[in-house]
Amino acid sequence: MAEIRYIKAVNQALADAMEADPTVFLIGEDIGAAGGSFKATRDLLEKFGPERVYDSPISEAAITGMAVGAALTGMRPVVEIMFMDFTTLSMDMLVNQAAKARSMFGGQGSVPMVLRTPHGGGLNAGPQHSQCLEAWFAHVPGLRVVCPSNPADAYGLLRAAIDDPDPVIVVENKALYAMKGDLPDDREPIEIGKGRIVRPGRDATVVSYGAAVAMAETAAETMAEEGIEVEVIDLRSIQPWDEDLVLESLTRTHNLVVAHEAVEAFGVGAEIVARMADIGFDQLDGPILRVGAPFAPSPFGKTLEDAYRPDASRIVAALRRTLA
Amino acid sequence: MKLEDRAKLHRQMLVIRRAEERLQKLFSDGHVPGFLHLSIGQEAVPVGVSQALTERDTVSSNHRGHGHTLAKGVDLKGFFAEILGKATGLCKGRGGSMHVADLSKGMLGANGIVGAGLPITTGSALALKMQGQGHVAVVYFGDGALAEGVLHECLNLAALWKLPILFVCENNGWSEFSPTERQLATSLDKLAKAFGIQYSAVDGNVVAEVAAASTRLVKAMRKTPAPAILECSTTRVRGHFEGDRQDYRDGDEIASLSERDPIRLSASAMAKAGGTPEMLAEIADAVDAEIEAATQAALEAPLPSSADILADVYTKVAG
Repeated sequence: MAEIRYIKAVNQALADAMEADPTVFLIGEDIGAAGGSFKATRDLLEKFGPERVYDSPISEAAITGMAVGAALTGMRPVVEIMFMDFTTLSMDMLVNQAAKARSMFGGQGSVPMVLRTPHGGGLNAGPQHSQCLEAWFAHVPGLRVVCPSNPADAYGLLRAAIDDPDPVIVVENKALYAMKGDLPDDREPIEIGKGRIVRPGRDATVVSYGAAVAMAETAAETMAEEGIEVEVIDLRSIQPWDEDLVLESLTRTHNLVVAHEAVEAFGVGAEIVARMADIGFDQLDGPILRVGAPFAPSPFGKTLEDAYRPDASRIVAALRRTLA
Repeated sequence: MKLEDRAKLHRQMLVIRRAEERLQKLFSDGHVPGFLHLSIGQEAVPVGVSQALTERDTVSSNHRGHGHTLAKGVDLKGFFAEILGKATGLCKGRGGSMHVADLSKGMLGANGIVGAGLPITTGSALALKMQGQGHVAVVYFGDGALAEGVLHECLNLAALWKLPILFVCENNGWSEFSPTERQLATSLDKLAKAFGIQYSAVDGNVVAEVAAASTRLVKAMRKTPAPAILECSTTRVRGHFEGDRQDYRDGDEIASLSERDPIRLSASAMAKAGGTPEMLAEIADAVDAEIEAATQAALEAPLPSSADILADVYTKVAG
């Protein structure tokens, strides 16, 4: 077990995947000589050479589409899009091409590509460098979406994404890049679609992913001081999400809060709430509540951004309301 | 070009022509669901290009892609069945006319989004270059795609990274219902110059011209990977889609297109090279029989089962 930062875990996963499979290659803006804007690809150009690590021009649509074409031609490309906000430029290639190729070609082939991109605020990066857009991708049949909340998951989910035969969007969190955590020695992939109980509890369940997991854990500690035991689930994977795990937890706790950093309205939480209101209706002792960002662009200034981002206190407030 | 080679290309063009004429009829008889974009008048381009390619070379296409698909050697029966939305189609009836693909033949798909084949093919060319077997990628696009942003991104990338990709522009002068001269402030030769990409222009209705240029360009890029642009001036005889009455076009202009009909031009070139009327009739009869067999098979084929609605969305079911 080695302690490692989230960003280094990403780097290690890329290096191990490239070592294991010569068809894996990287493409992105400033990922080579510069080692990436957040240094996720540091030293990989030196290690694997310019024929495996492509420093691309600022052409998000083209490099994403190139990944589709390369994947259809026997390779396993990993694209880096520097900020999740910039995936707007890649949308046709992800939504109309990557996601649909397998189905619309009748299962003739698949598109084993990965797109890594960081979402999230906390860096005062402003409205075009902070967005959490994962719900858009989760809405598109044919794409998978994962969102690691810690270094070990950043490693394991990325390895699984690269191994996966279908297109996977790996949503990293730039506020977590410096986070330290243990990386297991076996360095195994983590199965896509499986969540994890981070903290067991009997009174209420908080479902979260990404940066909201740590907020939920803090909220659970606060509640524990009052004798209320909150179970915290890290979804890890958003598309598909672990419906069985959430339902099973709900059948024990009978109260549910879903927390994420993304805008609350029409988000991932809305889907989870809707499903649980359907298949878990008989288990509910209180309203299912969501915690997310307000319906506004992510603001730049510190006071504004701090007020905008969900935090543990808002999860606590939601828990009190559902338990009331 | 030898007579037998001319005959081969003529036959392939005729397969595309007769296939599309048959589809036109099937469409008006209500057998073709959805949209149908025909490439009648443009057959010489894919046939001329494809004779320079092997099965391992990749192509991708656009919404007007029947010719590109058939010229790459895909199964005619699977092609007809797909366009009729049948379970036996190349894509099991899930793609249709705008999404025919045959990955086993290096045909990476027609496309419903103008210009979308450009990045996909550029990426395929990168993969082929990495694999180092001397294979090339070809992207077919129309002059309408010249105004798409990804074209410029891809020309830049292909030139920068010396990718073995042939950009084949079928310039038929029309961007859907609008003349391209009202859509584009520049021209492809100028773009080629700007990006430092080798540019050739041919009469896209003369199959021997397309074939000669394609052979030369593809041969060079197999040896030393680098992109090239081949602009083929050609003629869109039918509307943007079947059912388009083309009110925006001059009737005389459409009538005049028959003088440039690639199949008529090919037939007269064959005659000059010693081809006999019997030879042409023999080709036509064989093609007709092949089209009829594919049509009948498609008409008789079963429709896809509604139970398969979730099939093939993912390779494996996760979670």
